[in-house]
Amino acid sequence: MTVRELDGAAAPPMTNGELAFEAPWQGRVFAMANALCDAGAFQWSEFQSALIDEIAAHETDHGAPYAYYERFQAALEALLTRKGVIDLSALNVRSEAYRHRPHGHDHDH
Amino acid sequence: MSEVSTPALRAEALEDLLVEQGVFAPEQLDAIIEMFNERVGPMNGARVVARAWTEPDFKARLLNDATEAIAEYQFEGGQVDKLVVVENTDEVHNVVVCTLCSCYPWAMLGLPPKWYKDPAYRSRIVREPRRVLEEFGLQVADSKKIRVWDSSAEVRYMVLPQMPERLLTADETARAAAVGRDAMIGVALVQ
Repeated sequence: MTVRELDGAAAPPMTNGELAFEAPWQGRVFAMANALCDAGAFQWSEFQSALIDEIAAHETDHGAPYAYYERFQAALEALLTRKGVIDLSALNVRSEAYRHRPHGHDHDH
Repeated sequence: MSEVSTPALRAEALEDLLVEQGVFAPEQLDAIIEMFNERVGPMNGARVVARAWTEPDFKARLLNDATEAIAEYQFEGGQVDKLVVVENTDEVHNVVVCTLCSCYPWAMLGLPPKWYKDPAYRSRIVREPRRVLEEFGLQVADSKKIRVWDSSAEVRYMVLPQMPERLLTADETARAAAVGRDAMIGVALVQ
């Protein structure tokens, strides 16, 4: 098992040559992309292209802070939808349900 | 209590759906996360500890208001949590837990180790800290008091470990390299 590399326009934020996650969920999506590739859901090059497209599409978001892992999550959703691995409406429903979980269920670690 | 961000929720929902579909098991993800732990590492915390060892002014600011003291590093990613640093001394050993779930100063220490989320650690470290620390291979002298700090969504704790004598002559980089994650949680000493 290896952590796959992303370079060029798709390169993740690094600090001192190490992956820099600003929150645990970012580590989870990074891990998910690797696990999905291991599971044969897509080729790593396909994900890299999806991520580059997603980043390029948001370069015109003037004023919005650059959020690499939000683009990462969006690219993963788009690719999985295109591949028929997930149903985007099911994901929307689930995300919305989680938003309305009772307070104290858990919090942003 | 901070609001959970939308991408964090979507990531959680996506993970749960894929696990339910049998695309991957949560353990597979955990294994990859474990590997990140080694790559992300507790670098930020270690740098702060090494500086506090040699700069009394910085150490005083760190113990007084850690959130303010580390602000110049810009470690954080939009979190509003308060960081409290507690100092190990000859009289007191500190150890950190989150009994409620797994709150963790990740901006300082990277992603939390798996055992930190383990219900056994979370409940036992409060009831029998000396024994749990022994299981981690850390013998705390009977004469030393053990303080257990319970993290929450509002306050995250980090331990300022004691500097071993062998590091007296080392430079700051070498000192930082010696500071491990477990020492900043308080389940180990800096060797």
